Amino acid sequence: MASRFWTWLHKKGSPPVFYGMAERWSPWLGWASLAALVVGLYGGLVLAPTDYQQGESYRIIYIHVPAAWMSLFVYMFMASMAAVGIIWRLKIADTMALVAAPIGAMFTALALATGSIWGKPTWGTWWVWDARLTSELILLFLYLGYIALYNAMEDERTAARAAGILALVGVVNIPIIHFSVEWWHSLHQGPLLDLKKGWSLQPEMVWPLLTTMAGFQLLFFWALFRRSQTVVLLKEARSKWVGAMLSGDRPRF
Amino acid sequence: MTPIRRKRLMYVVLLLAGVGASVFFASQAMRENLMFFYSPTQVEAGEAPVGARYRLGGLVLTGSVEREAGSIEARFVLTDTQAQIPVSFSGILPDLFREGQGIVAHGRMRADGVFEADEVLAKHDENYMSPEVVEALKAAGHDPTKGDPEEYQRQKP
Repeated sequence: MASRFWTWLHKKGSPPVFYGMAERWSPWLGWASLAALVVGLYGGLVLAPTDYQQGESYRIIYIHVPAAWMSLFVYMFMASMAAVGIIWRLKIADTMALVAAPIGAMFTALALATGSIWGKPTWGTWWVWDARLTSELILLFLYLGYIALYNAMEDERTAARAAGILALVGVVNIPIIHFSVEWWHSLHQGPLLDLKKGWSLQPEMVWPLLTTMAGFQLLFFWALFRRSQTVVLLKEARSKWVGAMLSGDRPRF
Repeated sequence: MTPIRRKRLMYVVLLLAGVGASVFFASQAMRENLMFFYSPTQVEAGEAPVGARYRLGGLVLTGSVEREAGSIEARFVLTDTQAQIPVSFSGILPDLFREGQGIVAHGRMRADGVFEADEVLAKHDENYMSPEVVEALKAAGHDPTKGDPEEYQRQKP
């Protein structure tokens, strides 16, 4: 049973099979993401009611919360792929960890920027060194450090392993970011969703948020597949299947 | 799983456990320093640094805000529903400043027991709702603009 799973995984992870799968899935992911973002942003920016004390500026949560959520999700994805790469030496896992890093860094930067823009009118400051903001900034540096370390080494396998270890060490920051607002006094507010109390948002404000979150999630997988395809093509440039594809033969994936 | 893979898996697990444990103990040791602000209860218990600058966080006590006519001097009391600390501030208060609002004041304690702040930030809570819902809640006897004392209870160390 287990061995059949690994055979299946290695087959799916083989470059031509993965490339074909990404080719088939990408359009669906891309268009679904665009649709979710358009609907979610329309719901959030136009349909959702105004907040009683922040006025319209609260609407930045429709970008900020999904971006912050994705900054954590992408990191966990990247670290899981790095672990699979380290333990099972699955090359496609290393590739996915590598291409996920800049996407995650982008979501982190977006979360930090939108938070700062919201903080100025609400808190009265662009930035404070409280536990939530500082740990999120460290997350950005972890992403950048991972990318830098990966690119600093000539040998692909050594680079994947060294950067993978850094990614795993950084996992410790993820619960710190999430629980920072509960463990320590912070200026940043608590989570919008409490498992015991439910949403602290009015129900009419919730569905656009869930929709933009789904949109960002789909956007991530779309970008992940597209970027992975590019890396696979570069690595496999001399292989037969790439040659056959370039010479106009209909690829058989 | 082959022995070599099991070995690598153990290596990854040990790495995560080791880093996790060391960060846990480090954060326990630095717990005080990671707090962005002290609560009035902590200040009354003498846990805040004496004579040094620190941040004080709490709810603005209803009915405590005094403004002098023709000046930007403001006086108010911060509370976590247990203890109360009077604060004086000369400057522009954030838009969200009002009675019942969570506030973080940065400054130092004067000898007369008044906290003299040179910066006041509004701490927004996680509750988002429209003015209509606020009116409905007020009518039902739960005024959300009076702040959420539970949050300050929860944040007590």
